Amino acid sequence: MSTVNFTFDGKRYSGEKGESLASALLRNGVLHFTDSSYKNRPRGVMGLWVEETNALVNIDSGAGEPMKPATTVELVEGLVARSAQGVGDLPDTRDNSRYDKANRHVDVLVVGAGTAGLEEAKKFSDQGKSVIVMDDKPTAGGHLVYLGQRVPTELLEVLARENVTYLPRTTVQGLYDQGFSVATERRTDHLDAKVHTEMSRIRTWHVRAEHTVLATGAFQRHLVFANNDRPGIMLSHAAATYVASGANPFKTAVVVTVDNQGYRDAVRLSNAGVTVNAIVDIRKDPSGPSVDAAKSAGIQIITGKTAIDSCAKDAGTVKCVSIGNPDGSDAACIDSDLVAVSGGWTPIVHLATFIGIKPTWDAKLAAFVVKRSDALTSTVGMLAGEFGGDDDAAIFFGPKLSSEQALVAFVDYQRDATYRDFKRAIDAGMRSIEHVKRYTAIGTAHDQGKTSGTTTMGLIGQALGKAPNEIGSLTFRPPYISIPFAALAGRDRGLLSDPERTTPIHSWHVASGAPMEDVGQWKRPWFFPKNGENMHAAVLRECAAVREDVGVMDASTLGKIDIQGKDAGQFLDMIYTNMFSTLKVGMSRYGLMCGVDGMVFDDGVTTRISENHWLMTTTTGGAAKVLDWLEEWLQTEWPHLEVYCTSVTEQISTVAIVGPKSRELMSRLAPALDVTNESFAFMENKHADVAGVPARIARISFSGELAYEINVPAVHGLHIWESVMAQGADLNITPYGTETMHVLRAEKGFVIVGQETDGTQTPQDLDMDWIVSKKKDDFIGKRSFSRADTAREGRHQLVGILADDGTYVIPEGAYLVAGADANTPPPVKHIGYITSSYDSAALGRSFALALVANGLARKGEKIAIPMADRVVTGVITDSVFVDKENTRRDG
Amino acid sequence: MLHIPCPYCGPRDETEFHYGSEAHVGYPENSSNLTDEEWAKFVFIRSNPKGWMAERWVHSAGCRRWFNVWRNTINHEFGPSYKPFSQQPKSPA
Repeated sequence: MSTVNFTFDGKRYSGEKGESLASALLRNGVLHFTDSSYKNRPRGVMGLWVEETNALVNIDSGAGEPMKPATTVELVEGLVARSAQGVGDLPDTRDNSRYDKANRHVDVLVVGAGTAGLEEAKKFSDQGKSVIVMDDKPTAGGHLVYLGQRVPTELLEVLARENVTYLPRTTVQGLYDQGFSVATERRTDHLDAKVHTEMSRIRTWHVRAEHTVLATGAFQRHLVFANNDRPGIMLSHAAATYVASGANPFKTAVVVTVDNQGYRDAVRLSNAGVTVNAIVDIRKDPSGPSVDAAKSAGIQIITGKTAIDSCAKDAGTVKCVSIGNPDGSDAACIDSDLVAVSGGWTPIVHLATFIGIKPTWDAKLAAFVVKRSDALTSTVGMLAGEFGGDDDAAIFFGPKLSSEQALVAFVDYQRDATYRDFKRAIDAGMRSIEHVKRYTAIGTAHDQGKTSGTTTMGLIGQALGKAPNEIGSLTFRPPYISIPFAALAGRDRGLLSDPERTTPIHSWHVASGAPMEDVGQWKRPWFFPKNGENMHAAVLRECAAVREDVGVMDASTLGKIDIQGKDAGQFLDMIYTNMFSTLKVGMSRYGLMCGVDGMVFDDGVTTRISENHWLMTTTTGGAAKVLDWLEEWLQTEWPHLEVYCTSVTEQISTVAIVGPKSRELMSRLAPALDVTNESFAFMENKHADVAGVPARIARISFSGELAYEINVPAVHGLHIWESVMAQGADLNITPYGTETMHVLRAEKGFVIVGQETDGTQTPQDLDMDWIVSKKKDDFIGKRSFSRADTAREGRHQLVGILADDGTYVIPEGAYLVAGADANTPPPVKHIGYITSSYDSAALGRSFALALVANGLARKGEKIAIPMADRVVTGVITDSVFVDKENTRRDG
Repeated sequence: MLHIPCPYCGPRDETEFHYGSEAHVGYPENSSNLTDEEWAKFVFIRSNPKGWMAERWVHSAGCRRWFNVWRNTINHEFGPSYKPFSQQPKSPA
């Protein structure tokens, strides 16, 4: 051991490298660590490890971390810690530490390197299995380490074997189905107080094990008596361990116990030089070697009594403990500056309950245990109830308390939740631990039931005259202890957190200063501001340019699926609501896809490239889902169809030039192409060189305007875009983004799947009965159109909405009510909601699309839209606002 | 994270797959002749058993093939997986 210097709450101390911060503070005589969250009561250290609920600290050195139990902070030179009064605070500097992840497949995962875990590791290693041993403490050996005893060499030797991986400081945070575990390994905090960038600070392990051994051990629990929270009142096993290691600020002690652990700890305290004034045992007739050993050490034993209350010195630390009968009577004080409490052991059942195993109550041990041995999971050691033969415990959680005493008898220290709070929950009729927890907040903070869970169930039982297992069972959720989010993220931060998909033209969009919109994983330019324009001004300008001159849009993100095979036409007839098999080569057609329930789930234009070769486009966000859908039908229903599907979204770049001057621009870009309406009609495709690159040009329009979509191999996308910008300079060529695209299509009443639809709209609801084939025998969704619910009157149907105030853009999602205005008293009938809403350059006013009950029959009807600060009135209209006659698409 | 046995690629992480509901629910022939009740049974009603269930998955981020597999809905244990139109293995129960 070497001596290191550290700072706590601004004061400098020294301690032994590697000991816990809690131990070092005790060594320096510090008992009062912090004050409690809500009641400002002085608190010290209670426990040894992650069960600690009082001594929480913020670490300011190194990477920093809030709310760490001081019992789990390993001392290093230069450590800086602050007491955290119930609330942590994150450092306001960026954490530059590295975090990473690792995956392992093993035969056996052993959780816990105590004696029981090590024995299991040896057993499986001897069988030739690959074993990984994860233990959350710095050294292997479990309780033996705390007891200062030698861990048998034949067990420690196992950890160095070739088929065994041993990971100390590694906490298994979650156990899931099929033997899958997630663990976090602390790799640098114990080395020094530096920020490490050359290796990861925390590594998150994903382990798949054929078999998982849970050897998680147990925590000692406290007893609920009045003023049971003063500094100097500790769990007996923790107190004896600190004192035996030389971290001893105590002269006198009283041990309050329900089992023989208290006797063993009393002997350890006595051996370390603390005068043990008494062992107070709730049991009337304790026996066993541990009891005999305490008697031989000359320690006074008081049976049938327990702690009722405690008194404090001026500094707030404990001065004496009052001892009486469990009903609170005959209480008298015994002086002691350490009250060591042994309230029984609570096996760590967390991981077992994560996978749905219910702990069982062992009345002899007064503990919930998990005995399990199946192919996937087994339990050993204290978790399985193997406490050693000397351990009959009383089922006792605290004495009867007066109402004043109950106010200061703590059940969950960190939450400052008292027996009074608990009793109010019981008196209000709460019986289940889940209800008591929610009523009192017991077990909801850092503790998460580690110490308070069994105690609370025991208290409920005591109050109702039942055993704890009659109250219910313990259930926990991952993570086992708190984890920095950075550890779970690992390297998947910033750009790596989720793949970003960009088109070949993305660099141009970025250089132009266009803000990006996220569409799934795609980055799409939202609008292209000029001269400091805001979005509203930019979009109005872009819309006007498209309707009057020519605009250009990057449509490369549209999902594209190449479909080939002699039965492709027949297949598409089943997939789409309209007919495709009759489509002529070189032509495109818009199609709508429905699920078997008849609800629209995607749309797009599909082109017949040649007799047996088609190119389907899907919505930008729906491409992967549609491909799975096509493959499902081909592979599971119609394997006799010869059809092959391949995603080509990334392979093709699409540049759409849109507006009355697009014909002129197209002819400049492709001088060899006859762009007249007669030889290149709407929905037709032509192959031609565009700016020197072979391209497929399609006359498709999502705005109602004359438009050409230029499709080229992705690598040429940027070249085409730049050529369009250069050739169109004198035509007011205007790049536009997704917002303008949305406005233009809405002016034409074109729906966006996912905006006008939410999976509950049929084509008829969208006023698109024209796209539902009446000739085909069958297609997916057809039968559902005649279902009673889809055919009924009163379904929500797509309509337009015009607010009476044309300067007001109704918020999307706003609710519509029938025939009301600001003076109509409630209740008013809700009839639908706004799906799209914009200001329109073409209309010179705002407009909206909406889904309205029976809407198609209500055009002309007045509606109102109740907003928070006003009632907006308006009228139901047709959903097409611009060019109802489709005259503009041909230029 | 489930570990799902693709009959073509072997066991892979759940993130590579998409779920396809219950297996062996065939698309009805002559759907126009079905009553609303019969059609609704195909569209909406699944057996939803507690225990072993044959279901459909697709290895979207792998071989892109659909297959069937036995899964225990109580503990997510997987039984044998098998290709569409092949002999269904017996339930592991």
